[in-house]
Amino acid sequence: MSAATPANPLAIDVRGVRRVYKSRPHPVVALDGIDLQVEPGELFGLLGPNGAGKTTLIKILTTLLLPSEGTARVFGFDVATQTRQLRRIMNMVAGGEQSGYGILTVREQLWMFSQFYGLGTREGWRRVDELIDAIGLDDQRHQRVSTLSTGERQKMNFARGLLNDPWIFFLDEPTLGLDVSAARSVRELVVEWKAAVPGRTILLTTHYMAEADELCERIAIVDHGRILAIGTPAELRRRVQRESIFRLELDRLEGGSRALARLPGVVSASTAADESNDRERQAVVVNLVLENDAALGGVVSALGGVGATIRALRKSEPTLEDVFVELVGRGFDDAEPPGDGDQRPNADQGLRTDHRPGTDARSVTGNRPGAGNRPGGDRTDGSDRLRADPASPDRRRPDPSSERVEEELV
Amino acid sequence: MAAWARRVAAGSAGSPAASAAWSRRQALATDLRTIVGRAYPRVRAMMRERSWMFFEILLPFLATSTFVFVYRAVHAPPEYVGFVVLGGAMTAFWLNVIWMMAGQLWWEKSQGNLELYFAAPMDVMAVLIGMAIGGLILSSSRAAVVLVVATVVYGVSFQVDQWLLLALVFGLTLAALYGLGMVLASLFLMWGREAFHLTQLLQEPVYFISGLNFPIGRLGFIGALAISLLPLAVGLDAMRQLAFARSDYPKGTPSPAIEALILVIMTVVSLALARWMLRTLERLARREGRLSVRWQ
Repeated sequence: MSAATPANPLAIDVRGVRRVYKSRPHPVVALDGIDLQVEPGELFGLLGPNGAGKTTLIKILTTLLLPSEGTARVFGFDVATQTRQLRRIMNMVAGGEQSGYGILTVREQLWMFSQFYGLGTREGWRRVDELIDAIGLDDQRHQRVSTLSTGERQKMNFARGLLNDPWIFFLDEPTLGLDVSAARSVRELVVEWKAAVPGRTILLTTHYMAEADELCERIAIVDHGRILAIGTPAELRRRVQRESIFRLELDRLEGGSRALARLPGVVSASTAADESNDRERQAVVVNLVLENDAALGGVVSALGGVGATIRALRKSEPTLEDVFVELVGRGFDDAEPPGDGDQRPNADQGLRTDHRPGTDARSVTGNRPGAGNRPGGDRTDGSDRLRADPASPDRRRPDPSSERVEEELV
Repeated sequence: MAAWARRVAAGSAGSPAASAAWSRRQALATDLRTIVGRAYPRVRAMMRERSWMFFEILLPFLATSTFVFVYRAVHAPPEYVGFVVLGGAMTAFWLNVIWMMAGQLWWEKSQGNLELYFAAPMDVMAVLIGMAIGGLILSSSRAAVVLVVATVVYGVSFQVDQWLLLALVFGLTLAALYGLGMVLASLFLMWGREAFHLTQLLQEPVYFISGLNFPIGRLGFIGALAISLLPLAVGLDAMRQLAFARSDYPKGTPSPAIEALILVIMTVVSLALARWMLRTLERLARREGRLSVRWQ
């Protein structure tokens, strides 16, 4: 990361930011000492489950909330005291946004918002027309906002966010609720817009791991108001990839996968049950876990020695979800443990049950610790896995964006 | 998209710091454009949805007609028909103020517009003024139709000696009334989901103590109190005195000139109060999270 100077400030510089919502019976800690630096020109992702604190951080950076503690600057402007300046160079779009007035047409609505950013009357209309063309809403130009589909509406929101050509664009779950095609369209727009001019910066929050992986140059994984890890998607994946994982498709395998498991550098070898009996193709599929890539040479030599032909070879990468599970101890979609009094087992022990499905692979090495990143690694017997929950019941907080908590806010 | 993005960027300032450095003139122009921009949806709505003609012309006309028939039945002086027609016309503004000003910020919040307003670079007061001007245009057309139709149907004859003062009082009444609407907008936002109840609570009592359907002087002390507090009461009283100059107007209320002065004070105080409340509200909202909590 380059050194920031007063003349060339960081796009985002967050130091020790903590945000506490007043709530009954206990205050809700939405952000718990966040430090984050984003360079100008980056497409930075905040990845985390609902209630992780992503939206709270965006609200602070967009001047809608004050931090309870700490400082936050955007392109050098303090979010607490230099709101006017900051608001001139930023914009934001949230997923599921229903802003504006349904009685207006798309063109009229965008023009109205253009006036809030000081565009002249004619300039506003011209920019609105250009944006509508650029964003692919030409057919909806004169359609009332109230009649737009969710995807069209989000495209319009996206156009609204670009009206002032911001230097920094905050996107809070921008593809939330969109179908695959509309989500892809929005993602393409994000990338194209940013790439057109150096220095444009995007902070994207999402809980779609694939989206973060595809779009973001760097990602911070957030949970319970804390940043657990920051890095490029590749760096984050490497954090959990302790072994090299390959999938081999062979014409035959004399002696089965046990022979491979005994080779130097091979951690485990298993035959994939679903494809081992593929009589039509007469193929044997083997999942190999190696200590490192170099061990593959020995495997290839050994296979050649027994006359097996490799038809296909694919290296498996861990996903960001594997990273998240490794860091947090649960998946995005897994419910957190209930509070006191809940009847579920382990709830009072801070333990949780991970119900991630096992695989059909027949491992020759059995369960081993530290192999949670690979497909089916330590879950070959299909049993549930118990793990101490880093988020013990007293640390658990309700989602600050949920209605239940909102009702309790002062 | 890429071509568009490059073209736009080529014409803009070269760095974030340069883009953020606006002159006073630029900031003022943005506020003025915001006023126009926010008034725009109300004007478009008036032209696009014609159902208001039924609800906001025919229904108020019928309500006014009721009082006209009552006054005629009890042989009240003929100018009382004129008083109630003028009151019927002004009803449009009061309804607009409580339903489309006082409750508006709360509605904008629930729609998600409010946070976009606060995150934009203009003074949010400009949004409120834009709402007020849009509402004024919307209500003026309704008030004018009610006034013209009722005047023609019931044969009201106005006796105006001071047109200029009448126009001034009318303008000041609207300024003070919408100033009050801006204050209520911030108050209702603070009170959250009680906004609609408050609106309903205010509607009928204000009809009464503003004297929309009778001269406020008849209420004695309550009338004097209303004149000191409610722009609608003082404005309507002054307009009646000016529009029916040669009538036997009930004594006990100040002269139109004094009432015009009261309206000036009300306008200045309400605009200043609205601005202060909006800033306080924003500060509180940022501190307590209210702006970002859509349904609170």
